[in-house]
Amino acid sequence: MNTQSNSYTFIFAAVMVLIVAAILSFTAFNLQPLQEQNVKVEKYQNILASVKIESTPANAEELFNQYITGDMVLDANGNVLEGKGFDVKLKPEVDLMYEAKRLVSELGKVSADQKASIEDQLATIKTERRLPLFTCSKEDGDFIIIPVQGKGLWGPIWGFVSLEMDYNTIYGAIFAHKGETPGLGAEIDQTWFQEPFQGKKIFKADGTFVGVNVYKGGFEAVGDFDHGIDGISGGTITSVGLEAMIKDCLVDYAPYFKAQMAKESAEPEEVSEPEVSEAVTNSQEI
Amino acid sequence: MSLLSPKEVKLLTNPLNIDNPITTQVLGICSALAVTVKLKPAFVLAISVIAVLTIANVVVSLLRNAIPNRIRIIVQLVVIASLVILVDQVLKAYVYDISKQLSVFVGLIITNCIIMGRLEAFALGNKPWPSFLDGLGNGAGYGVILLIVAFFRELFGSGTVWDYPVFENIGLYSIGYVNNGLMILPPMALIVVGIIIWIQRHYSRELIEK
Repeated sequence: MNTQSNSYTFIFAAVMVLIVAAILSFTAFNLQPLQEQNVKVEKYQNILASVKIESTPANAEELFNQYITGDMVLDANGNVLEGKGFDVKLKPEVDLMYEAKRLVSELGKVSADQKASIEDQLATIKTERRLPLFTCSKEDGDFIIIPVQGKGLWGPIWGFVSLEMDYNTIYGAIFAHKGETPGLGAEIDQTWFQEPFQGKKIFKADGTFVGVNVYKGGFEAVGDFDHGIDGISGGTITSVGLEAMIKDCLVDYAPYFKAQMAKESAEPEEVSEPEVSEAVTNSQEI
Repeated sequence: MSLLSPKEVKLLTNPLNIDNPITTQVLGICSALAVTVKLKPAFVLAISVIAVLTIANVVVSLLRNAIPNRIRIIVQLVVIASLVILVDQVLKAYVYDISKQLSVFVGLIITNCIIMGRLEAFALGNKPWPSFLDGLGNGAGYGVILLIVAFFRELFGSGTVWDYPVFENIGLYSIGYVNNGLMILPPMALIVVGIIIWIQRHYSRELIEK
């Protein structure tokens, strides 16, 4: 047979592609459940780690069901919505977040009637947001857990931040990254970087939202003991990205937190029950 | 009769030393830089490359008389790419932790010049059995260098071997030793590879260019 003819070449290529496609789709189809389970277990483990519960891939699901008592979805106005926070895809949420940020930055540059339309868009985005929130109950108290996602130097960074029930004090934080520089930006997934977040406040004493501030040269030099975190030498862009991630992600929860705080100070004897609370729309721009 | 003829033994052992893909042929350097920060990912990548290279060599060798000459590079690429996707899927399903660490480098096995080079230079012109040995040998030769580099980088960069804290246990930190941060960065892998080449040429004089 002439293996150099055009028709042979075409037939060879076509048959080869068909066989390869069949093999690949068969494997992908069969391994998919295992892979999805891995992703889910990793998320369980991350959520648990943010409230300082150690888990292994084997017992993560069991511990998650034991300690994580609540799982809800909010919009950026602080209203509780239908659905489960665990199933919310963070990627489109982050896109909406950046879109909102871009619109806000344009506000200053445009004329009055354009301003109104941009403000409309911002209001729509606020009601469209789906913000996951988990509550956790363990031996030393109740906590809430918030997923965060942002940009590092080379790719996405993400994590979970847990707060005490004053909606202000950080109880624990864990971060992960896709491909930050090993030894520099990649240090954000190490405990020495994550531990100092514990005990930091995300609101100022007067109620203004801060998040955390990451400082080059150490927060002690600046004196920002309530909100300051030491940045990573040589990992400045990752550090700055992480600061922005925490600010951007947590600020959308601020209306809900403030509503809860107001509610608790009004009825001090009642233990907070976020699931049944009627959300209060907070008109204050934060 | 022994299992392998002397010629076949050479196919296996030459790539480990005088015909090593990294130190002599200088192929596959990029991944040697990237995944050798710790032993574990280096080991998994080495195994993956051995698997892909061996199977690809055999497949191409079986097809060598049927592959149309004009599209042979494309055929080789399709074979490599599908094998790499298979490996990636299997790692994601069974060793998720490590597949996260390797991230893009598994996909980049496709561009690893060793594999393309062996298919083009050996598998296209030889029977399946020698091709199998050649793939195994070259994969192992690549893997050995990867492991040596990773051993030194992990030991001096993180003070551990296979995540076991060696330096901490022998008390090196308490007398003031500090991990060498440079070892973690890619350039140091190149320097370690350079040192290996130097040592190798000291013992195998025939490799020294006149």
